[in-house]
Amino acid sequence: MDTDYVVEMRGISKFFPGIIANNQIDFQLRKGEIHALLGENGAGKSTLMSILFGSLRPDGGEIYIKGKKEQITSPNKAHDLGIGMVHQHFQLIDNFTVMENIMLGKEMTKGPFLDAQQARDRVIEISKFYGLNVDPGAKIEDITVGMQQRVEILKVLYRDADIIILDEPTAVLTPQEIEELMQILQNFAAEGKSVILITHKLKEIMQVADRVTILRQGQLIDTLEVADASEDRLAALMVGREVSFVVDKTPAQPEDMVLEVKDLWVKNARGLDAVKGLSLNLRAGEILGLAGVDGNGQAELLDAIAGLIKIDSGQILLKGQDVSHSTVRERREKGLSYIPADRQKFGQVANFTLADNYILKNYYEEPFCRHGFLQRDPIHQQAERLCGEFDVRSGRGIYSQAGQLSGGNQQKAIIAREFSLKPDLLLASQPTRGLDVGAIEYIHKRLVSLRDQGKAILLLSFELDEIMGLSDRIAVMYDGQITGFVDPREVSEEDLGLLMAGIKQKGAI
Amino acid sequence: MSDTDLINMQKKRGLRENDNLRLFLTALLAIALSLLVAVFVMWATGVEPRNFFKALLRTYTGLDPAKAGTDQFFRPRYLGEFLQMSLPLILTGLALGFGQQCGLFNIGAEGQVIAGILGANLVAILIPIQNRSLAVLAVIAAGLFGALWALIPGLLKAYMGISEVVTTIMFNYIIFYLSNAVLKSLPGSNPQRTVDLPENAMLSSNWLREITGNSRLHWGIVVVAAAIICYNLILNHTSFGYEIKACGSNRDAAAYAGIKVRSRIVYSMMISGLFAGLAGACLALGTFRYGRILQGFENYGFDGIAVGLLGGTKGVGILLAGLLMGGLRSGQPLMQAERVPLEIAQIVSALIVLFVAMQKGVEILGDYMARKRMSEKMAENKTAQASEEGGK
Repeated sequence: MDTDYVVEMRGISKFFPGIIANNQIDFQLRKGEIHALLGENGAGKSTLMSILFGSLRPDGGEIYIKGKKEQITSPNKAHDLGIGMVHQHFQLIDNFTVMENIMLGKEMTKGPFLDAQQARDRVIEISKFYGLNVDPGAKIEDITVGMQQRVEILKVLYRDADIIILDEPTAVLTPQEIEELMQILQNFAAEGKSVILITHKLKEIMQVADRVTILRQGQLIDTLEVADASEDRLAALMVGREVSFVVDKTPAQPEDMVLEVKDLWVKNARGLDAVKGLSLNLRAGEILGLAGVDGNGQAELLDAIAGLIKIDSGQILLKGQDVSHSTVRERREKGLSYIPADRQKFGQVANFTLADNYILKNYYEEPFCRHGFLQRDPIHQQAERLCGEFDVRSGRGIYSQAGQLSGGNQQKAIIAREFSLKPDLLLASQPTRGLDVGAIEYIHKRLVSLRDQGKAILLLSFELDEIMGLSDRIAVMYDGQITGFVDPREVSEEDLGLLMAGIKQKGAI
Repeated sequence: MSDTDLINMQKKRGLRENDNLRLFLTALLAIALSLLVAVFVMWATGVEPRNFFKALLRTYTGLDPAKAGTDQFFRPRYLGEFLQMSLPLILTGLALGFGQQCGLFNIGAEGQVIAGILGANLVAILIPIQNRSLAVLAVIAAGLFGALWALIPGLLKAYMGISEVVTTIMFNYIIFYLSNAVLKSLPGSNPQRTVDLPENAMLSSNWLREITGNSRLHWGIVVVAAAIICYNLILNHTSFGYEIKACGSNRDAAAYAGIKVRSRIVYSMMISGLFAGLAGACLALGTFRYGRILQGFENYGFDGIAVGLLGGTKGVGILLAGLLMGGLRSGQPLMQAERVPLEIAQIVSALIVLFVAMQKGVEILGDYMARKRMSEKMAENKTAQASEEGGK
């Protein structure tokens, strides 16, 4: 066999109820390469890597690490074999320092005591070497998401990993941070470390990867040299058809005022001011994009408009009516829909069926409920209709538990529900986060068509492309305030970046 | 078999995932395993397992094969006693089940049963009504007392986030002493008991007594039937039940959907307490003829936890589990008569709970084996394909 391969997976299969997550997948990783693993949500990328990392056991197939057949029974075993993984959801302890998080599980000791000095030296040495600048003494809760990711990477390096798996690493980063991460990955490759990059962002693959393996619906599609590929070709291979990247839309036809926010003040969960005297207007038939770096009060603003958190002061008018202190349900009944950023936590009840999830907000209304009794027939008819209309795919149709759907299908189901409520105002918080191009294309189309029906959409996204492509106007948020309203057709990405960083101010347009 | 067939097979297997049959089989397996272990225990302690099973058979069916052909062969009295003993356990099982649907672990059924007993006794002794409506009133009072006793833990949980596990346990002790104090102070009470309850307050039925060979079986059977029907109706068919389950499964999502999470928690606790209170009615007005000053907990509430866990979330499951546990309780005198220590019955009940708790492990084992088989088949397919292609 080819000993150049540091990882060789042969015929890996993994089954979940109703789903074949991996069907006889072959995967090879060369020493010193950046190998992208590309696929839609639910294509089986994460499953395959979880198997390599030992957190899932394969139902079939063999794994060779550096030419030797191995049974990877646990993440600890993976660590021993030099495999490290940077998870999409960081596994850090918020009130520990960077140092403490890195050491955790592999503490350096002098007798029974921690040898903090030695560990610190080691961390500083590694971070200098690869250009990963972090303050070892800072607490996790005080540093940015980008920094937190570096801590995760340092954790892996600290454990001497030479095979590094990164699961959707750029999903939470700003454009500048992504640039830096790409540089770091290239440093790794130059040092002879091998990197597996799980992603569905084609741009990044074209930029840094040497080879790319494409999965679709649990099947291996192909492994290509990136030099021989193009973005269009990769997208087509991933989705199984041609995909368009450009959001197709006509200029907005703004009509009546739908949402007015006046001098709004909101506190976050920790009791600190998150939204500080913010005002904005949104008219029917337009999409207002909310740009900004995560943590500048966007999430609190949307939660406050939806009624999930209380406001300190200010006013929220929905179609001219004051809803500042209305309940979530009253606002919903007045025409407010909300696609929450965290679909697992807020968007759905994971162990309810799809049919029951579709009625999560209007289960008590006719025709789904009469005299307090649920009406199964209309509920199931609606579920079938929405599954068909929004192409929600699942193992057991409308009787599937929502939690067993792939991320993309969960998101489609949530969007289907919010659309079914016939909203006048839709709050969309990162509606395409973690989704693949096919699903993104589809959701963008639906959002634009909702706008064209004369509805108002407030779109929060950390993807600049999405904000620029979808919005009719962009409001940039920084430190709880709006630093400027800009026109996406006129503003440059650089200017937007400066506004997002709070360096520049711009008047309303 | 082609890969598509395998995928379809896999889908069908998925369909069975939540099947009631699957739950039922797991419960049966748990019972079988616990009996098996019990046989080992008996064997090790020198008890004749045959006697144990003879007593069990007699308890659950009233049959005694040794006396076949005589009028002693079938004794309906055992059946009646077995049912009578199961009634409060089914109700406390429903109490636990209902709380669980809202994500609450109400282990205060013990205290809520005592509250129910207190309510029934108070109405029966203090209210001077001469007709049968007194019994109805006493049953309602028992349910209300149980519900009210769960109200405060519910409020503490909903509005202050205080764990219901802690508060309900403490409330068990409070009501235990409170109820004894109140019953002792009633007119005519002595330190052991109150006066006899008036006949028109009782759930007892001459007809039920006669057809079951003079057992204590009483109208509580109607109360239990109604409770099971309500339990299923509320949880599976009403918007209120939908809210309860949403709150139990994902409180954040429920709040996001506009459901009043706090109020649903309080209601769930109260309905859970109501079921336990009705168990108190069965005991106070059916099993016993007077109010008793309790010497210690009688474990109707705690055994209800076992019933609720074994029965799963469905009313029917809880009914069956309640009957099982009721038999193990009512069979204890018979077992002693057969020289089987009553501890054996308790060991069996405990083992059943243990194996049910291990249910997940049994399922994982089953799934693992099924996947392995499937993977092997697919590998065979691939080899077969490869050799076919090679042959071309």
